[in-house]
Amino acid sequence: MKPIPFFVAASLLAFVQPALADTIRVEPGADAQSRLQSALIDAKPGDIVEIAAGRYDLTDGLSLDVDRVTVKGAGPAATILSFKGQKGAGEGLLVTADDVVLQGFAVEDSRGDGIKSKAANRIVYHDLRVEWTGGPKASNGAYGVYPVESSDVLIDKVTVKGASDAGIYVGQSKNIIVRNSLAMFNVAGIEIENCYGADVYQNVATHNAGGILVFDLPNLPQKGGHSVRIFSNRSERNDTPNFAPKGNIVAGVPNGTGVIIMANRDVHVFNNILGENGSTNIFIVGYRNSFTDTGYNPLPANVVIGGNMHGRAGYAPGPQFEGGAEMLAAMGSVPPIVWDGTGSNIRVTDKVPTLSLGLTDPKARATSANPAVVDLSQGAEPAQLAPIVLPQSMEAAIR
Amino acid sequence: MRAFAALAAWGLLVSASPPIPVDDALITGDALPASLGEFHLLAGPYGQKPNAGVTPYRLNTPLFSDYAEKFRYYYVPPGKKIGWRDDGVLDFPVGSVLIKSFGYPPDMRVPAKGLRIVETRLLVRRASGWIALPYVWNADGSDAVLRRAGMRIDVNWTHLDGKPRAISYAIPNVNQCKGCHDDGAGGISPIGPKARNLNRDGQLEAALRAGRLDRLPAEIPRLPVWDEPGSASVALRARAYLEVNCAHCHNPKGPANTSGLWLNWEQGPGPNLGIYKRPTAAGRGSGNDEFAIDPGHPERSIMLYRMQSLDPGIAMPELGRASVHQEGVALLSQWIAAMPMQPANQP
Repeated sequence: MKPIPFFVAASLLAFVQPALADTIRVEPGADAQSRLQSALIDAKPGDIVEIAAGRYDLTDGLSLDVDRVTVKGAGPAATILSFKGQKGAGEGLLVTADDVVLQGFAVEDSRGDGIKSKAANRIVYHDLRVEWTGGPKASNGAYGVYPVESSDVLIDKVTVKGASDAGIYVGQSKNIIVRNSLAMFNVAGIEIENCYGADVYQNVATHNAGGILVFDLPNLPQKGGHSVRIFSNRSERNDTPNFAPKGNIVAGVPNGTGVIIMANRDVHVFNNILGENGSTNIFIVGYRNSFTDTGYNPLPANVVIGGNMHGRAGYAPGPQFEGGAEMLAAMGSVPPIVWDGTGSNIRVTDKVPTLSLGLTDPKARATSANPAVVDLSQGAEPAQLAPIVLPQSMEAAIR
Repeated sequence: MRAFAALAAWGLLVSASPPIPVDDALITGDALPASLGEFHLLAGPYGQKPNAGVTPYRLNTPLFSDYAEKFRYYYVPPGKKIGWRDDGVLDFPVGSVLIKSFGYPPDMRVPAKGLRIVETRLLVRRASGWIALPYVWNADGSDAVLRRAGMRIDVNWTHLDGKPRAISYAIPNVNQCKGCHDDGAGGISPIGPKARNLNRDGQLEAALRAGRLDRLPAEIPRLPVWDEPGSASVALRARAYLEVNCAHCHNPKGPANTSGLWLNWEQGPGPNLGIYKRPTAAGRGSGNDEFAIDPGHPERSIMLYRMQSLDPGIAMPELGRASVHQEGVALLSQWIAAMPMQPANQP
């Protein structure tokens, strides 16, 4: 056994100082793990942990559990937290405190998720990059940025590449904005799952298997996802073969899908640019697996699609798209909007064909489908969803 | 080993001087003492000798910690008592300390010989709540130093099968302490000393007699001993194993609650216990399998896949495990293999 060096914890001195907001600066170099983690532990509410430009080779996940701390790097190309040599922890950085701002750094090659925040209200992810540098691989971590179980989430100017599940994933949260972000080479680009109230806009999702997903799953503490607006995004050329490990819900995402809405209600998809998606541009479905959760609704409802620009779609349906090959053979291409036929109040006014599979049960296989091009534009104009408004402090933090 | 001679010498020395009592003011104060010795909870090389009032205890089913030998003690300040609780952790009064030392003998087939303590973790009950303090022993075992940011230490030993083992042993940082000891309300809480897990060897009765426990009901619940087949059925021992090794995160209020996989002792059968439960955010932790527990099929149950992995993106538990717990895997495999399949719930 190696001798254990005798350390004197100089950082302890911080505890006898008065509680003034402070900047704790961390530079690259030896023992980065310990110095960076110490800064995140020693920070007091209101402090800024400033991570200087450079590369930090980390051996374990980092974590922050102090409210009102800003973790700030010199930019996502300059301050790089590399977890290539990570030996422990399920994510690169874990945040479990409120009113935290993360900005200006990159997390690379974490073994599990990139940045996770749990029960971290009013969290801001700004000007960040999370990347698996070896390209899309099943051995990459699951989620790039992963806020969960939080109220008020802002994700702005975040780039995620290579996640083996979703690049930008928001789960079981409330009041969310995802904007100005880029997701590429992930299985799912952006995913909003089991959430209440989200605006997803001005993002680019490209070269993923699926671009933007709005999902709801059973047996979770928060379910019944609703009130999500997907607008002014580009979800194009999602052409990376699905590389998710089986068993995960996204493993079923057909290669080349622009937007998927599954088992949510009140979802509005408008003014997006969608194209070069080999399976289809917009896919509206119920939850296909069996479940025993009596409080779970597997069907989509009140889905409003309008004002989207459609480029080419449906020319190369992915193997996960059951019946896709048959549709391609019969119709020359899969229509740019496909609905499994389940749920209620599905309204589409985009000027492109919508195909209904005519299913009444989302679990039914495509072989029992009764596909037909349908007109879903009739009926009264539905009420608009209210825009998401976040606390002023969050917007101010990135100005 | 050298430590033995040192121990004997130290024993002579301390027996000659009056013992310094536990520093109650330090325990209840605001300081984060830089060295473990300041508390006067433990004495002797590597703190192997508890001071007066510091009581060793054992658990029916302990947490697996990379095959480390663990030594547990509790301290309750004079004049105060632990409050009985049927469920959950006993109510330790302000001023209490829970102490756990982790160590390795050079050869696990001879565990008493040459044991080297690596670290001692304290959970200290202050008026504001519990705090976690990880102390790392110096090379000569004379004192341990606070390392709030955690660290890694290379540890090696000869395993029970006679083969050499070497791991990168992780001493948790204080946030990671909270990762397991999360009380679900922003603070931290002990995990192990629940009445049912302490109910062995007459420990609770002794605590009552010593005036450290306020009362004891006639019926005391008892958690099975996970590796003693005589203590309970395979199913109950498997549940005890999950309760101790997984449920501190995997419970409806714990750090892993959002997974919907809840493995606490009280959880009833069904998807939330993992039976035919699909993964939520497992990513590659799913190992291409569909269910956390696939009844009758341990070989395709995600739970066992994750327990047998050492990859940080897959391994469960996420913290404090650089070895596969083969004996734990065997128990859970046996449980799942014997679990009746439920065709109605299969996809």
